[in-house]
Amino acid sequence: MQTIDMASTPLREVNSTLQAQKEDTNQKAWEIINPKGSHAIACGLDGPIEVTVRGSTGYYSAGMNKQAHVHIVGSAGPGVAENMMSGMVIIDGDASQYAGATGNGGLLVIKGNASSRCGISMKGIDIVVYGNIGHMSAFMAQSGNLVVLGDAGDALGDSLYEARLFVRGKVKSLGADCIEKEMRPEHLEILADLLERAGADAKPEEFKRYGSARQLYNFNIDNASAY
Amino acid sequence: MCGIVGLFLKDKSLEPKLGSMLTDMLITMTDRGPDSAGIAIYGTDEDNNTKLTIQSNNPEADFDQLDKALSEAANTQVSIRVKDTHAVLEVPDKMVDDVRTALVELRPNVRVMSVGDIMEIYKEVGLPKDVAARFSLAEMSGSHGIGHTRMATESAVTTMGAHPFSTGSDQCLVHNGSLSNHNSLRRKLKRDGIAFETDNDSEVAAAYLTHKMKHGSNLGEALKSSLDDLDGFFTFVVGTKDGFGVVRDPIACKPAVMAETDQYVAFGSEYRALVNLPGIEQARVWEPEPATVYFWEH
Repeated sequence: MQTIDMASTPLREVNSTLQAQKEDTNQKAWEIINPKGSHAIACGLDGPIEVTVRGSTGYYSAGMNKQAHVHIVGSAGPGVAENMMSGMVIIDGDASQYAGATGNGGLLVIKGNASSRCGISMKGIDIVVYGNIGHMSAFMAQSGNLVVLGDAGDALGDSLYEARLFVRGKVKSLGADCIEKEMRPEHLEILADLLERAGADAKPEEFKRYGSARQLYNFNIDNASAY
Repeated sequence: MCGIVGLFLKDKSLEPKLGSMLTDMLITMTDRGPDSAGIAIYGTDEDNNTKLTIQSNNPEADFDQLDKALSEAANTQVSIRVKDTHAVLEVPDKMVDDVRTALVELRPNVRVMSVGDIMEIYKEVGLPKDVAARFSLAEMSGSHGIGHTRMATESAVTTMGAHPFSTGSDQCLVHNGSLSNHNSLRRKLKRDGIAFETDNDSEVAAAYLTHKMKHGSNLGEALKSSLDDLDGFFTFVVGTKDGFGVVRDPIACKPAVMAETDQYVAFGSEYRALVNLPGIEQARVWEPEPATVYFWEH
């Protein structure tokens, strides 16, 4: 285990050290101490390493992640795991707004609550939230899965494309063109796999599925007055 | 972007450290607002005096012998405590109006930053660390305080455009965001007799809350009605003589983090601002919900 102390190491050095670990690195386990809410910790990683951040982080931690497993032992500020490509990011506490935004792949696990705009414009990432999510989550979400064990806030899945949304608790309101959909066996299978990989204690049968009604895909002249 | 910090103490033993804790929080938020900085601090009400915090761009000339001149003109006892470009006048409660009238006549260029039994406001253009040093903010004690680092959007970078804004006795407000209906609301409030010092949108929010509280609302109720009447982006932190409140607009894109322990309630635009507070590792830390009013009273 390599330990980096952010009380004495500048952020750019922390990130460049972690970014230098590629496929063939033999230093697989890293620990970052004293993050103290700093921004952009463990961004742009591209190697099969495990990074444990001991404390809460500020904006944009673990952004653009490829391959790496980043574990934040605390809460994360806005934009955590933004544009993740692959790998895994686990947050023990809460995540602020737009967690997992625009993510292309990988798995983001938030063990507390996520606030507004979770998974906005997600493009293939899987997100599992143990707690609740805030308003406007999965806005314009294109693909991937958003799994919420708690409740969802207002306007869930507004202007949704083909992402799947699974919510166990209450949904305060659905956004434009987002509807509840039938839970078929293949969905239960996807959900069971995600819950297991996220270590979440919930049964797939307890969830409802939401998706796009696909009414906004093409311009409809009858809707002109709504614009 | 702007930075907000706030601290409301429950544990009296921390009161001597309020200034130093808030100053540390304020300087941490420099990245969010390097234009100007300000702080409102609530001390203790020891006497029957009212505090007027005043500001001058020419403090040496304006503050020289001002206590004597005001005492004579208003026929009362006025004391002065000068801190850089600001000064705190202590005036017997009943004589405040007379002293303010005399102040306008004697020193027309001096601006009144705040009036109250216990609140003092210090704000200037410059980096937060420089502003804090000019006013020795770290040495101040008190029960609660609010600070702001400004990155200007809606109006000019001036001393009067810095936050906090005070529009009522012992009331202050800081704002991160921008309001879109401040001009029409300012016109309405002017018709109700409220005077404005600037063209700033945040001052309108402060005046709106003062107006509501003057008409019988408590701080919580005034904040709740602001959600209906103010349009735009806002995270507000407000202080009253014995209260401390927080509200965010329904979109809630301006960041906010709160922490509470048995000793204090703290607010920061970012968690970074809170990391040096005592017992923060054990504190309840959360993000205030959109369109939800939070307030605490002593």
